[in-house]
Amino acid sequence: MNKLIVPNLLNSLNSVLPEIALSLTLVAIVVFDLIFNKNKIILPYISIAGLVITFILLVSQFGISTTAFSVSETLSFLSLDGFSLFFKVLILITTTFIVLFSISSSEVHSCSDRHGEYYALIFGMVIGMFFMVSANDLILIYLSLELLSLSSYVLAGFVKTSIRNSEAQLKYLIYGSASSGIMLFGMSVLYGITGSTNLSEINTLINSPDGNQLTFLISIIMIFAGIGFKISIVPFHFWTPDVYEGAPISITAFLSVASKAAGFAVLIRFLKVTFATSINGSGYWQLIQFIDWQTLLILFSIITMTYGNFAALWQDNIKRMLAYSSIAHAGYLMLGVAVLSNQGILAVLVYFFIYMFMNLGAFYVVMLIANKINSEEIDDYKGIGYSLPLLGTALGIFLVSLTGLPPTAGFIGKLYLFIALVDANMITVAIIALLNTVVSLYYYIRVLRAMFLVKTDIKTELKLSVLNYVVLFLLIAPVLILGVYFGPLVNFAKASVQILGF
Amino acid sequence: MMEVGLNHFLVVSTLLFSMGIYAIVTRKNAIMVLMGVELILNSANINFIAFSQFGNRGIDGNLFGLHGHLIALFVIVLAAAEAAIALAIVLNIYKTLSTVNIDEIDNLKD
Repeated sequence: MNKLIVPNLLNSLNSVLPEIALSLTLVAIVVFDLIFNKNKIILPYISIAGLVITFILLVSQFGISTTAFSVSETLSFLSLDGFSLFFKVLILITTTFIVLFSISSSEVHSCSDRHGEYYALIFGMVIGMFFMVSANDLILIYLSLELLSLSSYVLAGFVKTSIRNSEAQLKYLIYGSASSGIMLFGMSVLYGITGSTNLSEINTLINSPDGNQLTFLISIIMIFAGIGFKISIVPFHFWTPDVYEGAPISITAFLSVASKAAGFAVLIRFLKVTFATSINGSGYWQLIQFIDWQTLLILFSIITMTYGNFAALWQDNIKRMLAYSSIAHAGYLMLGVAVLSNQGILAVLVYFFIYMFMNLGAFYVVMLIANKINSEEIDDYKGIGYSLPLLGTALGIFLVSLTGLPPTAGFIGKLYLFIALVDANMITVAIIALLNTVVSLYYYIRVLRAMFLVKTDIKTELKLSVLNYVVLFLLIAPVLILGVYFGPLVNFAKASVQILGF
Repeated sequence: MMEVGLNHFLVVSTLLFSMGIYAIVTRKNAIMVLMGVELILNSANINFIAFSQFGNRGIDGNLFGLHGHLIALFVIVLAAAEAAIALAIVLNIYKTLSTVNIDEIDNLKD
């Protein structure tokens, strides 16, 4: 086996070319920042160039289903499959939008001497997420999760002089490091029970259960604490509203989409590769029956979405409201996972792709308005539909889509989710989710009411650059088009459901 | 003469873990909370190394192996990085808010 290691490593380097490109971009940003000390305007363009190169390398991996950095014939650290590719594409699109957001963000501009750090740390996060979505080993999951977390702690408080930023940063740091520590302890217990850190090997080892059920359960719950923190599932959600409200808006948008996507990818892969014993003909997974997985996941998701929706009802700050709405959306996505079938995963993928556009769009409009009126309070949005008609309409479209009304894309996401639920005979759960959607209508429409139904005399003038128009168009177009023409997206998601190892 | 076995290490690590959680939950000073996090990370390290050292070598002798030791090395490096970032953040908090008491830092809430 030892003789094989060097050629194996060299072969594996081909499989991580996108990650290598990202790392080189990070280095390039740091170097350019040092050389062109005065001229920071070039940094976002270097970032975008790096992202485009990464995307090209990623596209060349389309259709591959292989492992990298194997330690033996069956065990490996990374699995490159359609599933990880889907999430990598999603993360790359999000990152590109975030870099475009940052160009016109006044918060980022207020620290113009530290732009180098900002973009370098964003790439640190992206590298962490790329490894997270294809990680097949507990060590790699932990390391990449920490890489993501450490970069995002710093970014959450990027504007060092702002009190809100600093507080968000401290809260994120404390909750984050505590939950990842608990997760590490859970991993050490799981390693002790099974004797391996590789997910596929753990799967074969725990197929022969021998009495350690309580210890096993404790370790699983501890690991869920770490992953649940990233996707803000309810018992682990306390940081979400504070950090989303306090952090710079571009970073809030990034956390709410990309880092949540990486968390869901880890959750699904961990559940399926570690605990599945077989998959029956219609795509339903049989998990090892230590605990009733389905009930547990359904419980988590229903509590999460109900809490998120009801807490969002009395928020006055739109960023905080969007934070609770993102908790609620994590609940809907969790339902897709709880179906425990390939169809459920398909629903999660479709939903996430659409969620990306509508959530980024909502945050983008909030950022542009905040640049102008310097406030995120819903009360200050009065009359914006008339004084800034384009932004008002755009925010309206995104919020309607977040609610899930036709003809926007949000409806398609919810539709696939409910189809998956009904097919799995989970009618009661589907009805609860539907009622939750009705509740969510109230707080989204409240913003629309403030914007369009309240007349004020305040004149607001906002000059948008060409870039702003382009980005807005790139976000609105998918939300409207995917609402009526979603075939290609569903096909892409269908091709990506396959997870290596099972 | 009693031999020191796996259980002794597990008891120590569990105690450390509980103390870490206790520190996180009860301490008001941000630095103390971060020390609690360090305790948790180190308790996991003890677990990893103890399992790796005492774990039965399995049916094919490949189980456990040196994995635990390797993970512990990684975690030590990560803990150092995390401590560096955490202290920088706390320093920044002290500069902007002139306090590191977590209970007093509550401008963001419903």
